[in-house]
Amino acid sequence: MRGYHDLGGLPAGPVDRSEHEYAPWEKRVHALLALLSAPSRNLVCTDELRRGIESLGEAEYDRLSYYERWITSITNILLQKGVFTTDELGRKLAEIEQREAKES
Amino acid sequence: MHEHDHPHPHATLPDADAPLTYHQRLEAAVRELLIARGVISADDVRRTVEVVDSQTPALGAKVVARAWVDPAYKARLLANGSAAVQELGIDMGQTKLVVVENTPQVHNLIVCTLCSCYPRPVLGLPPDWYKSRNYRSRAIREPQAVLAEFGTTLPDGVAVRVHDSTADMRYLVLPLRPAGTEGLSEAELAELVTRDSMIGVALARQPQPV
Amino acid sequence: MNAAFAAGDRVKVRRAYPPGHVRTPYYIRGVTGIIERILDAFPNPEEKAYGRSGAPNQRLYRVRFRQVDVWPDYQGLPGDTVDIEIYQHWLEPA
Repeated sequence: MRGYHDLGGLPAGPVDRSEHEYAPWEKRVHALLALLSAPSRNLVCTDELRRGIESLGEAEYDRLSYYERWITSITNILLQKGVFTTDELGRKLAEIEQREAKES
Repeated sequence: MHEHDHPHPHATLPDADAPLTYHQRLEAAVRELLIARGVISADDVRRTVEVVDSQTPALGAKVVARAWVDPAYKARLLANGSAAVQELGIDMGQTKLVVVENTPQVHNLIVCTLCSCYPRPVLGLPPDWYKSRNYRSRAIREPQAVLAEFGTTLPDGVAVRVHDSTADMRYLVLPLRPAGTEGLSEAELAELVTRDSMIGVALARQPQPV
Repeated sequence: MNAAFAAGDRVKVRRAYPPGHVRTPYYIRGVTGIIERILDAFPNPEEKAYGRSGAPNQRLYRVRFRQVDVWPDYQGLPGDTVDIEIYQHWLEPA
């Protein structure tokens, strides 16, 4: 079998050269991985991140942006390792949504 | 230095006023839970983002300019990229830098077909196109066609060497020093070294006519 | 752990197609090339991908292939090459 991410040599279109400015949240995702993979913490390594992205499935791999794939993979790994629970994550997400609603 | 190949500046903008997307909320949630647990601190995140922001192609350009003027440095750079850039204060961390030299006979091109491996300590964050499906699929198989899309044509007979960054090495192309640059200072030379020339989709810039 | 191959050795990439996290690209499996240089030994990313240590370290090589050997329809020059980092356990003598 060929991984969906294993793209080398597949037919593809012209390269879109437009670039986007990295958003602060994207840089924070990048920072999270750097911090979690530091030897002192050793919670998510780059290989786990990549494996998590590779196993998102074709639709998600295409649908999500680069750092959306990263944060999804990181979250899945942290849940798997029990760094926090699904319930804690769900409540925190709801709290953030409510905070947003109040601020607007 | 960035203007010709890097239309958007690296200035950090505040997050947009639009509602957060699901994944932006997810980033916030994961970060806050990790901070609450003492796994990381808000300061850790801030400092790490500052390191990311401090890494730009200007660092790689400085390395290239030094190699152009100092043959002994160039030899060290080609023999052990990590050690040579460390001389200029650049730390490659857990990856190892391999510098590949363009010559009149050989042109080098870097790609990571499997994901997006990129020499961030010398070039900063990669451009979107480097991580795109189309670049990753085609750069490895039809490098001349991809170069042409970037406006780069090589002289007849120049061999193309593609490097697929699959493991722990990270690659930097040492572009050919443009003709007519004999009198330039190291800083002036660095101005000619674009990010795209260090990835291999472009050549270094020609000096402006005086 | 000593390197099994030396610079200049002809090697073939094994034809194996496991699922899981593999850093040997699909397009290079079964192709023969030459060891361009010996690199350090590193923990195996295939195992690290599942949270394991990846020990013992695996020797990594840069292997050089002729593009005309990789792609049946390659449009460039006969001297064009592709260099890939490949772990020792994916290589066999050719």
